[in-house]
Amino acid sequence: MAHRAVALNAGRVAALAATLLAVLVLGTLAAVALRAGGLGGLNADDWSAVRFTALQAAVSATLSVALAIPAARALNRRRFAGRGAMITILGAPFLLPVIVAVMGIQAIFGRAGVLNDLLAGLGLARWSIYGPQGVILAHVFFNLPLATRMLLHGWQAIPSERFRLAQSLGFSPADTQRHLEWPMLRARLPGAWLAIFLVCLTSFAVALTLGGGPRATTIELAIYQAFRFDFDLARAASLALVQVALCLVALALTAWVALPSGFGAGLDRGGHLPPAGAWLRRQDAAVIGLTLAFLLAPLLAVLLRGVPGLAALPAQVWHAAARSLLVALASTGLVLALVLPLVLAPPRRWIGLAATLPLIASPLVLGTGLYLVLRPLGLAPASLALPVTVLVNAALALPFAFRTLLPAARTLHADYDRLAVSLSLGGLARLRLLTLPRLARPLGFSAGLAAALSMGDLGVITLFTDHENATLPLVLYQLLGAYRMNDAAAAATLLMGLSFALFWALDRAGAHADP
Amino acid sequence: MLTLDALTLTQDDFSLTADFVVPSGARVAVIGPSGAGKSTLLSAIAGFFAPTSGRVLWNGTDLTAQPPGARPLSILFQDQNLFPHLTVAQNLGLGLKPNLRLTAADHAAVQTALTRTGLAGLGARKPGQLSGGQQSRVALARTLLRARPLLLLDEPFAALGPALKAEMLALVAGLAAEQGTTVLMVSHDPADARAFAPLSILVAEGRAHPPQPTAALLDSPPPALAAYLGS
Repeated sequence: MAHRAVALNAGRVAALAATLLAVLVLGTLAAVALRAGGLGGLNADDWSAVRFTALQAAVSATLSVALAIPAARALNRRRFAGRGAMITILGAPFLLPVIVAVMGIQAIFGRAGVLNDLLAGLGLARWSIYGPQGVILAHVFFNLPLATRMLLHGWQAIPSERFRLAQSLGFSPADTQRHLEWPMLRARLPGAWLAIFLVCLTSFAVALTLGGGPRATTIELAIYQAFRFDFDLARAASLALVQVALCLVALALTAWVALPSGFGAGLDRGGHLPPAGAWLRRQDAAVIGLTLAFLLAPLLAVLLRGVPGLAALPAQVWHAAARSLLVALASTGLVLALVLPLVLAPPRRWIGLAATLPLIASPLVLGTGLYLVLRPLGLAPASLALPVTVLVNAALALPFAFRTLLPAARTLHADYDRLAVSLSLGGLARLRLLTLPRLARPLGFSAGLAAALSMGDLGVITLFTDHENATLPLVLYQLLGAYRMNDAAAAATLLMGLSFALFWALDRAGAHADP
Repeated sequence: MLTLDALTLTQDDFSLTADFVVPSGARVAVIGPSGAGKSTLLSAIAGFFAPTSGRVLWNGTDLTAQPPGARPLSILFQDQNLFPHLTVAQNLGLGLKPNLRLTAADHAAVQTALTRTGLAGLGARKPGQLSGGQQSRVALARTLLRARPLLLLDEPFAALGPALKAEMLALVAGLAAEQGTTVLMVSHDPADARAFAPLSILVAEGRAHPPQPTAALLDSPPPALAAYLGS
């Protein structure tokens, strides 16, 4: 039947996309495995990097989740002007380039930062941001908002009738906690913790800028150092294998724990009254104020220093910005081209597996593998920098895009497949008239996410590049290394602006095209 | 002439057989208890449900291997008969060319179909801006443009009020009579069946019975139908 033939075609294109992904991920991993000199080649420093990677991820996840509980609870039970804006801002760190956030954190918590000036003013010892504490602080900065949104989602999923009932029965806050909030938290906390643990497991840029040394090196950073400084490919490959093993273990855990989504938390569902009590109100206000200050102060610090310098940025920075934009758009196009066939094909187990595959590899693992695969071709590493960055960024954004698009694609199929088939609406006409218009909103969102993540990525590019074709995040890193702080702040402002603008434009374009 | 030749439909522990002929130009109600397989029967004729055995033929041509869109029929479902993001005129245009590359003559035909179904001037609207009755008319107008000799109605008017439903059935009857269309209509309402369909197919207890006069069937229903009708 042609109806089956159409499905078969969609299946074939999906198989092609899945194969490309499998070749990219498994092929590079195979190259890594072949090159790895076995685990015996790892020295004591490498093993301490492995320990630190797991430890900092666990501490970061625990702190983020613990701090998110009061923040989400306060946001759930209070209504105030700007609450919607605050929930939107909580989504921002996900799009924020890591290197920009690190700059902001240094401005507040660094050696010459606001906090240390305060401590010195009080006659206390200055605090150093370099080391494990800095890495963890930066991870909490990124993941506290994510965790807050996940938990807020959980609170909003408690029917408001329950809270109404609790109030009508005269529950104290402790009673409400015991009967309504703890059951929800018990269900949601493991997933939120694990999601953050996974993200922190492959941390590179934070460790590169705030960590280092024997006490604060992650595996990703160790791969970079083995590759770039020692040019010990066997050791880099062995480390990459350990990284993959860690990711696999964490991913296996997710099979038991559902990962919650930090997106799409509603704003104002449930009309229950906030609990009375002036003390509780002050406590919530303090929690909300501190959370907001923790998130915004670093960004404001970057902006205040960066905006005046924008006009005077050297041409080298603008060229890098143009290069980064091209990389981001190319990688976004690649993500969409790969993910659409996967979500439109008839559901199969291997499709979901293929779309999850990139999660087992980290940027530096893929980069090491691609270098090993491409080296025999005799191309200069620098000439590969941008194409490899496009490829790796696309692979890493794909699981997010897949998870965003799949529910919408399923609904579309359930609602309109019969009608389309009964009218012989198939092939490109179906894509143009039905699929793309109906999926415009999640497509725009996924594209915006992929573009912003790629724009701000400082990962695999560090393995390959020279100074010739650096991206904007890399140029920013180099400016920081050269202590050109005013130029760095201006470049960071530009990078942050471009990342947010890319997300905003693509997300809006999708929402606008949604009929 | 629609022929169901020793057709057997099975799904899990459900099974339905049908072996009869529906004469061309007939208007036939498909009645029977809930879950007996009325919609499944229409799905099989339309090509959405592959039979376990047997054939579906139209005027002697075997349709069993044809895809739904190529069969000489149009089907209207209970819901989702229109694409909400396309205009009324575009929804109609899909009935002529699924890729919507319409010629001037096609556009004229769309306008004529709109006028015929009382929708003149509404072509630029989206379905969401129309009333339920108007949405049903758009779906009907599209079947008019497709001009297939067989029309399957799987309760597309179920959500309309009694007066609107009667109005739509009268419109279908008028258009069908004019074009000589054979109509099969799933119905839960005996009054609809009497008013619209001289013949009825009873679907009950695993079997779709050959068409028989509606009035006689409803006046002295067999036990399975009597229980369903509550008479």
